[in-house]
Amino acid sequence: MTLLAVERIKLFSTRSPYWCTALALVLGVGLTAIITGTSEKGQMSIGLTQLGSSQLALAVVLVMSALAVTTEYRFNTIRATFLAVPGRTSALIAKTVVVAFIAGVLGEIIAFGSWGLAKVMSPTSDLAINTGAEWRHVAGVGLLYAVGAVLAIAVGILVRQTAGAVAILLVWNMLLEGLIGIIPKVGIKIQAWLPFQNANHFLALGGGNAADQPGAGIDFKLSQWGSLAYFAGIAVALLVVALVVAKRRDA
Amino acid sequence: MIQAVRLRKHYGRTKAVDDLSFTVKPGRVTGFLGPNGAGKSTTMRMILGLDTPTGGDVTIDGKYYTELKQPLRKVGALLDAKWVHPNRSARAHLKWMAVSNKIPASRVDEVLEIVGLTEVAHKKAGGFSLGMSQRLGIAGALLGDPEVLLFDEPVNGLDPEGILWIRQFMHRLADEGRTVFVSSHLLSEMAQTAQDLIVIGKGQLISQTTTEQFISDATQDHVRVRSPHAVKLREILAANATVTEDAVDGALVVHGIPAPQIGEIAAENQIVLHELSPQRGSLEEAFMQLTKESVEYHAH
Repeated sequence: MTLLAVERIKLFSTRSPYWCTALALVLGVGLTAIITGTSEKGQMSIGLTQLGSSQLALAVVLVMSALAVTTEYRFNTIRATFLAVPGRTSALIAKTVVVAFIAGVLGEIIAFGSWGLAKVMSPTSDLAINTGAEWRHVAGVGLLYAVGAVLAIAVGILVRQTAGAVAILLVWNMLLEGLIGIIPKVGIKIQAWLPFQNANHFLALGGGNAADQPGAGIDFKLSQWGSLAYFAGIAVALLVVALVVAKRRDA
Repeated sequence: MIQAVRLRKHYGRTKAVDDLSFTVKPGRVTGFLGPNGAGKSTTMRMILGLDTPTGGDVTIDGKYYTELKQPLRKVGALLDAKWVHPNRSARAHLKWMAVSNKIPASRVDEVLEIVGLTEVAHKKAGGFSLGMSQRLGIAGALLGDPEVLLFDEPVNGLDPEGILWIRQFMHRLADEGRTVFVSSHLLSEMAQTAQDLIVIGKGQLISQTTTEQFISDATQDHVRVRSPHAVKLREILAANATVTEDAVDGALVVHGIPAPQIGEIAAENQIVLHELSPQRGSLEEAFMQLTKESVEYHAH
């Protein structure tokens, strides 16, 4: 608990988490507002409300989480941290828990904020959350962010540089996994086992307009919750590697 | 007590610290002296568990730093004053450190007061001058009221006022019975601060002794003599001493015979003296002499 308090103080005594949070909110909810504003009257769907949260704002959350670690290396406060808490693993796990929790809460705020805004802007659309799939599609965003934060922190610990970590995360999430789908025949088979594709699969609504949703056309072998567990498994595995490296490496 | 036993740190083929053994005694200021690149900072990082030694070990009262439960209460360290997030206030910086070692929040205000940063406690540390950053670093080191304190080049880049402040501060800490281990590449600085000296060069121990002993061993006394009959005097003195000539003003520089005796010899031989002055070798010269074999990069 002590270490969680330490990481909370550290995180909220700098400005970047506030800026990133604000940016994620503006981008996530803002995209929904634009989509709602330009869609035909009464044609807004739950799937469309979460494009901003699950794609655009996610990238900002990944950056925020990586920054929580890389700025410590950038300003050498990681050394001050390890002097105060020589058990590096527990210090880094505490940081991961705090950042993942904040990311999760932020995810729920952006997801339900987007949904609420769409409901207000387009009252004639059917935006009621009725089915389990619909609940998962909206409320699941928080879980996605929390897992994404763990993954981003692991990358941050391994790379230690802001520019490197951010480039890796953004290229990986926004380009690499999508581009692999272009490879003939095997592309979509590989994609079925890529972490961010599985994250998309977890949120997928299915149903009538499944073809328009992220992750469409991929032959997933896992159930939707299985996909989330797989995504989380990869994030945790990467974090374990990062913790081992951080423990052995000279600070 | 800090004890290093056959401590080694190798980076590939570079031996930053090589077979270094020393003891830092409690209740004294011990200077850690060596030219730039001698391995002082590396040694300090190993003491504090930041770097893992390639071989040997270093303990604080018999324990590794990483074994300490609340290390800030036992050991306070200032390795680099810039290890602060520039957007974090001085108080917030000390606050998280205090919380991490269960140190009461009131202690944060206390140490800010001690180092004179109360006025700027809420200001961002990124805007601090080097002197202020140094004070903040010292506040952090003092936070847990530790018995052992480590400072790495604390006066580097400070103005004379800052240097004086730090020097007096270290004396105060030692007077309070704390163990102070402070590194520097300036012997003149250490001569005024430290009671004991550990001198290293190229990662190896050159000498461990009291400062007084080190200075008297290292500095050679000589006598400057000027006389209108310099040639004659030189002949007489050369029988029992090494005599050289000062390149600047042609005065004789005599090693091996104390000044009173030179005066007597001159009187016996009816030689007029214009100057007879005992000289003490400079500390820096002595230090250069000792460490010249182990300086990493020479200027030619």
